Amino acid sequence: MTAVDARPEQTNEIGRDRRRKEDARLITGRTRWTDNINLPGMLHLAMVRSPFAHARITGIDTSAAEESVGVVTVLAAKDFDESLGVCINAWPITPDQKTPAHPPIASDRVTFAGEIVAVVAARSAAAARDAAEMVEVDYEELPAVVSLEEAVKDEVLAHPDLGTNKSALWVFDSAQAGTGGNVEEAIASAKSDGIVIERTYRQQRLIPAFMEPRSVVCDPTGEQITVWSATQIPHILRFAFAATTGVPESKIRVIAPDVGGGFGGKLQQTPEEMIVFAIARRLGKPVKYTETRSESLLAAHHGRDQIQKLTLSATKDGQVTGLKVELDANLGAYVAIVGGGVPVLGAFMFNAIYKFPAYQFNCQTVFTNTTWTDAYRGAGRPEATYAIERLMDELAAEVGVDPLEIREKNWIKHEEFPFTTIAGLTYDSGNYEAATAKAKEMFGYDELRREQAERRANNDPVQLGIGISTFTEMCGLAPSRVLGSLDYGAGGWEHAQVRLTPTGKVEVITGASAHGQGHETAFSQIVADRLGVAFEDVEVLHGDTQIAAKGYDTYGSRSLVVGGEALVRAADKVLEKAKPIAAHLLEASVDDMEFTGGRWTVRGTDQGMSIGELSTAVFAAHNLPDGVEANLDSEATFDPENFNFPHGTHLCAMEVDTETGQVKMRKYVCCDDIGNIINPLIVAGQVHGGLVQGIAQALWEEAVYDDAGTLVSGSFVDYLLPTAADTISFEIDHTTSPATTNTLGTKGVGEAGTIASTPAVVNAVVDALRPLGVHDVTMPCTPERVWRAINEGSAGGETTGAAAAHFDSSTGMSGNVDRTEGDVQ
Amino acid sequence: MARISMRVDGMKVTDDIEPRTLLVQYLREGLGKTGTVIGCDTSNCGACTVHLDGDSVKSCNVLAVQADGCEVTTIEGLADTVETDLHPMQEAFRECHGLQCGFCTPGMIMQTVDLLKRNPQPTEDEIREGIEGNLCRCTGYHNIVRAVQQAAGTEVNAL
Repeated sequence: MTAVDARPEQTNEIGRDRRRKEDARLITGRTRWTDNINLPGMLHLAMVRSPFAHARITGIDTSAAEESVGVVTVLAAKDFDESLGVCINAWPITPDQKTPAHPPIASDRVTFAGEIVAVVAARSAAAARDAAEMVEVDYEELPAVVSLEEAVKDEVLAHPDLGTNKSALWVFDSAQAGTGGNVEEAIASAKSDGIVIERTYRQQRLIPAFMEPRSVVCDPTGEQITVWSATQIPHILRFAFAATTGVPESKIRVIAPDVGGGFGGKLQQTPEEMIVFAIARRLGKPVKYTETRSESLLAAHHGRDQIQKLTLSATKDGQVTGLKVELDANLGAYVAIVGGGVPVLGAFMFNAIYKFPAYQFNCQTVFTNTTWTDAYRGAGRPEATYAIERLMDELAAEVGVDPLEIREKNWIKHEEFPFTTIAGLTYDSGNYEAATAKAKEMFGYDELRREQAERRANNDPVQLGIGISTFTEMCGLAPSRVLGSLDYGAGGWEHAQVRLTPTGKVEVITGASAHGQGHETAFSQIVADRLGVAFEDVEVLHGDTQIAAKGYDTYGSRSLVVGGEALVRAADKVLEKAKPIAAHLLEASVDDMEFTGGRWTVRGTDQGMSIGELSTAVFAAHNLPDGVEANLDSEATFDPENFNFPHGTHLCAMEVDTETGQVKMRKYVCCDDIGNIINPLIVAGQVHGGLVQGIAQALWEEAVYDDAGTLVSGSFVDYLLPTAADTISFEIDHTTSPATTNTLGTKGVGEAGTIASTPAVVNAVVDALRPLGVHDVTMPCTPERVWRAINEGSAGGETTGAAAAHFDSSTGMSGNVDRTEGDVQ
Repeated sequence: MARISMRVDGMKVTDDIEPRTLLVQYLREGLGKTGTVIGCDTSNCGACTVHLDGDSVKSCNVLAVQADGCEVTTIEGLADTVETDLHPMQEAFRECHGLQCGFCTPGMIMQTVDLLKRNPQPTEDEIREGIEGNLCRCTGYHNIVRAVQQAAGTEVNAL
């Protein structure tokens, strides 16, 4: 047996732009997506979904479907007992939150279009789909409440039994919390002698739209029931199975194999997962369900969908004095696993980087007969950032100064860190001045302002707008004690284990569950440095509850800042366990040992042993000190004391054609401070992708329902995901203020781009049009909305009216979006 | 049932299939070519892109019977052997971090290989238009564009 030598030359892995370990299989098609899994005897499911937003189920006739070729069984809610389980809400945000039970299959009433009413199991996916078309369901339509504006009136109820559409009211008040003054007094005072800005912003409904449609496989053969799912949260899913079906965790193994994106959209315990689990157990056969894209858009949870009523008070010269937020948040038909909590995550972020002396946040969560909503990249923080960054531009316009000047006047100065905010959070580090200076230089800020002035002076039909977003966010979810104080049902620690193999290779087990983030690469870099082993000799194992037994999975920009720190601690324990063994084998005193250059060495000599050599020695165990176990493997659990606060300055230049309303992105520059960087290549990828998702909210994406509650943007033909031709290349850079709450000094980066970019883009569009009297354009800023804003002085109107169903008689059966004359057959 | 014969990634195959079978279904379910994936049901996303007689097609938009007598190349047949002898486009995607979750990647690589065949020295705009039919949700396209530039040997954008 030969031990692997320590790295010949000690170079730091952390900070290197390592190419990803993950890519070899992904670029050659050697992938294990859940839908690729085929097991002997496997059956396939198809769902029968409600076409109505709200209806009573008066009858289900499955006889024709059961006679269809290849069909094993057709089941409705009545065919299951409580072992089917339920979909859980893990975060009741108030003690009196109204939380209707969410069965995986509707029994007597459907509450949104797309809800499952029956399921077919058949020999092939095609046979199942064919038979699902033959299931006859009789519905008696009930009045449906679709929009948030209507729902808060409580006239039509999404769940009549509840007596109201209101689920929970969550309030934070700085005067009550003792973190600051009374916001009403601040506003009253500004009304008489200052500036009061009142705005209503709409966060349109978005769809996470991960590229891999969700898929679940359950194999009930063998002692453990094995579930493969396209999920971000295998550990939480296993808990939910156990907690709601009566099957103990020890009998359940959940595997998240290759998972094709998530963005929060796969942070869910889904009805489909529960149904697959139940039917596999019932039939004793492996079962698979893979959704179509249209089903995914219809029934996988949506994101955002809030109306924000905002009041900002300031002195006449633009010093902010108070901020009041009144938020209505659309839950959809059920409170999803974190559903009501998403807007609460924004509660601490409306004050952002600014020193508000008084703050109040009121959030009313509301039911509608629409698809349930939950986390989508940023979850609560993009909404908050959008509101405050739009308001700061409005304040600058009111005072008559450059929007950067009003920000600088109000932001936390570098020397004021650590800084405890009006929302009660302590920001540990940051340097807004440095990030802004760098971004301005990269952008050519002054030159673009000059060009803007020229275009304005010349009445150029194409106006130039400059948008700013000096964002911060809280991420690294999350300190367990804080989650407990917010009534969240779980914790926020992360677990890691470091194992040594006999040949000196290292296996790293993490409770984080990657779905595109590059954990295998970044975590290898961290451990390689810590243990002095080669990058190639580290294998990262994850996403399988039988291998990574403990974990809280991946979301909220937590994997590196929480999971990475757990890894560091586990690796350090390995070193500590190896130390007395090294001393013994080198015949030295433990006190003389030091870990340098990736080896345990005897101080003052050239004698030393690498972790690989020690691992081999421990495997043989021929010569260990008395009382020392033959095992270097170590584990650690890290629970952060605080959140993590990335920040940055994003600058966007938009050209707006005032004659057509068309907008065009000219330049986008950002300088993010995400602390120390493990792998700059991966970080750049996270920033680019985040930016485009945030830009897409500003310009393109919206989930639109018609008045009856039908999702009319229910396919990729209608839901406008940006293409390469819609987007541009970006200029990104970084400043570095290391985080003080993890030893690596890292901050989260997964959500930063999305959180920051939306207001930068809308601020740019509005900035271009401000001389025309425009002070808002509703998202997404379509050419029609921009044109209306210019010509009608409105913010551009709703999408709903313009997006009638394609086959609606009112539009000649062709809809009136993206249709040219003459295509009606 | 209809009988079809074709050559897929170098292998001759003959099968009896339901006439409604899509090429992508035949590749995945009939031949186990699971490297090619299905991302939508409206021919928008391009994740299932393969080469049919050398030209890129969305294999969800072709019936398997239409490929009768044709030569099909999937992501699994692009390199001579897996792990070594990668196609330059595969290398470029890895080198430029042109993928994250990797789900769109097989289709994206097959499409960009076709793009460079038609236009060996594309401008950035031509690259962006050339991959307009392929959706990616992770990368924001920035690094995909760089990967194509690198494979084309043109000037590569900054990271």
